[in-house]
Amino acid sequence: MKHSAPASPKSSGTSPGGSPSGLRGVARAVSRLWLVPVALVLWEIGTRAADTPYFPSPTTIAVKMREMWLNGPASRLWLSDLALENFPPSLARLFAGWALAGVAGIVLGVMLGRSVLLARFVDPLVHFGRAIPPPMLLPLLIPLMSIGTQMQLTTIVFGVIWPVLLNTVDGARYVDRQHMETARVFGLSWGQRLWRVILPSSTPKIFAGLRLSLSLALILMVISELVGSTNGIGFQLRAAERAFDPPALWGAIVVLGLLGYVLNLAFFAIERRVLSWHRAAKQTT
Amino acid sequence: MLEISNLTHTYGSGPSAHNALGGIDLNVSEGELVCIVGPSGCGKSTLLRSIAGLLRPTGGQVVLNGAPVAQTPDDLAVVFQDYSRSLFPWMSVADNISLPLRRKGEGRKQRARSAMEALEQVGLAGAADKYPWELSGGMQQRVSIARALAYRPALMLMDEPFGSVDAQTREDLEDLTLRVRGHHNMTILLITHDIDESVYVGDRVVVLSKAPARIVGDLRVDLPGPRDQINTREHPDFVRLRAEVGRLVRGMRTSPASAS
Amino acid sequence: MTRQAVLGNRVLCGALGVAGLLLVMEAAGRAELVDPTVLPLTSTILTRVAELAVDEEFLVNVGATMTAWGLGLLLTVAVTVPLGLLLGSLPRLETAVRPLIEFLRPIPSVALIPLAILIFPDRLDLKIAVIFYASCWPVLINTMYGLQDVDPVAKETLRSFGFGPLAVLWRVSLPSTAPFIATGVRLAGGIALILAISAELLAGGSDGIGAYVIKAGSSPDGLEFIIAATMWAGILGVVTNSLFIGAERRLFRWHTARAGVTG
Repeated sequence: MKHSAPASPKSSGTSPGGSPSGLRGVARAVSRLWLVPVALVLWEIGTRAADTPYFPSPTTIAVKMREMWLNGPASRLWLSDLALENFPPSLARLFAGWALAGVAGIVLGVMLGRSVLLARFVDPLVHFGRAIPPPMLLPLLIPLMSIGTQMQLTTIVFGVIWPVLLNTVDGARYVDRQHMETARVFGLSWGQRLWRVILPSSTPKIFAGLRLSLSLALILMVISELVGSTNGIGFQLRAAERAFDPPALWGAIVVLGLLGYVLNLAFFAIERRVLSWHRAAKQTT
Repeated sequence: MLEISNLTHTYGSGPSAHNALGGIDLNVSEGELVCIVGPSGCGKSTLLRSIAGLLRPTGGQVVLNGAPVAQTPDDLAVVFQDYSRSLFPWMSVADNISLPLRRKGEGRKQRARSAMEALEQVGLAGAADKYPWELSGGMQQRVSIARALAYRPALMLMDEPFGSVDAQTREDLEDLTLRVRGHHNMTILLITHDIDESVYVGDRVVVLSKAPARIVGDLRVDLPGPRDQINTREHPDFVRLRAEVGRLVRGMRTSPASAS
Repeated sequence: MTRQAVLGNRVLCGALGVAGLLLVMEAAGRAELVDPTVLPLTSTILTRVAELAVDEEFLVNVGATMTAWGLGLLLTVAVTVPLGLLLGSLPRLETAVRPLIEFLRPIPSVALIPLAILIFPDRLDLKIAVIFYASCWPVLINTMYGLQDVDPVAKETLRSFGFGPLAVLWRVSLPSTAPFIATGVRLAGGIALILAISAELLAGGSDGIGAYVIKAGSSPDGLEFIIAATMWAGILGVVTNSLFIGAERRLFRWHTARAGVTG
């Protein structure tokens, strides 16, 4: 229900159903999504009736969001200066942290997955590292690195590397024996085995890890900005709390929710493309 | 070209040890198609994996073209029974076939040409750009065979290659094997538990006992060529050989309970 | 022979790995490759870790964090499991609610902490509320997923003996969903710890591991205590996770045995 962006009031009605073709598509979308507008209306009525400052009505939130972020010129997609100051740094942190953790996680994961001995020595360290709640790093890193990109990226990377690492280990360790034997029989070199057999066969697992990491990266981006940043959506959230401005606070939450939703959709679309062989191969066997 | 002497293998140790091979001696000369038959679980696959260098036997040795097999030899290809796990589902059919050819130092164009040639030989010229899982089981096994052919091995090992396909496809693939061996001067070792198949396809049938496997029979198949599914199977020599192989396979069974 | 015995021993190898890392870090500190004000000596940190184990102030703070953690998880299970069972048994309700779930779930949970700070004057309520929001998703999704996984033959068997739908839910669906719920609760446990500590870091307040760390930050040798407290947070995470896994293995042996056979 927090999905109602003022820019696209109708988007929640049609877009998630894909591209509905004709009346039947519309009917299907309505039967699937009818509760969303109902919930929005109930939310509006409920908040107006309750009339507390903490729970502004959806329309109030929408107006506030428009005021804050969408009063720029059309040439910039109506984005305001405030939006351009805060959205890109957040996205940059999110993607840079996620990408760094992804690369590191895959490299380390393949090493640990293919070397039983190495994994044996490192296993307890990995399990301990994974168990440390990542926000604990913030008070540790702020005095060391002071507030800035380095500290935010470290927090994000440390927090999101684990799902990629553990899933890659799993995928690389359990490559089908017959695939590995085929590679040996036909004399594939070490590099070919890695690039042509081990990595492709682990991609379903790696993607599962990357997907978990992406939603974690969003959470850690927010917390690193809440604690130690001078810009970003999380910083705006914190500022709204300090200024006691509930509509702005809700607005930032809605934007973050939308961002999470869009990231999920985009990731699914990419995963479907990359792993088409995996789905099809699983269906036929 | 292949000399196996006193090959033994034991899995595990202590009381739970399983003795799979009990001393195998076998010589195969160049260009021969030898079928190895034996009851299920007798150690046929252990033998094949030892020859392919996928497994280090506990005793004896395998010599291929004068060199003892320690790792997987260069001029050897394997067609596995389980084609769906042996072909890589993330690569197209053509890529599956041409990937091993990189080892031969062939350029990209040459690899594509070799792959096409091999696909033509197995009658799948149109399937180059498809993915393995888009093909039927029999077609996938043809791709496996094409991959082995394109590799131009001196020795082709086939491990129950037609065990996972239906009867009609099986006959087609048997004939395909007979046809392609004429094009290439390959030595073929085909492992099967199907007695009919061993006699129909082989120049020679080697019968293994149940585990620990030993050779209990080595028969030469002299059937008039070219062989075909109907006439060859009705030939008196075929019928006689089939019965003989059958007796050898069953004769070594000590407990009647296992004859199911 | 002995080398084989060492390399074959999982526990021994793991212990060697940990000891090796600690030694390298200690050596790096002693050789002044690492500035001790940036990363204190390993031996110092380990001493602090041991001290904290008997430090009453720290233990009270750990207790506060774990209280919020436990209460938050309890609330999550009490509300979310029945909800998941309801949604899972009524497919039409599920399809209606699913878009709402899909829009709500991606909201990063920590973003709700500033809002919760405004709404809840009491710090414990605040922590429980954000823990509930963050940890309800894995429990809900796993419960609904587990309910779909129930063997229809088992349900029909019971139905053929004349049992009603509630009896089927109680005797078949709930037991076979239980392992999935347990997995959801274990995942939620990890998330709840993150949220509890995040809330303490952001909301300030007087108790909890997060609050302890903030306070330690203002003292001169604070870094040593912050690292030691972080170690303890990791230990808490490992211990709670292992407890959940141990309980799952014990309670659902039939499930792992079956899963082992089929896949």
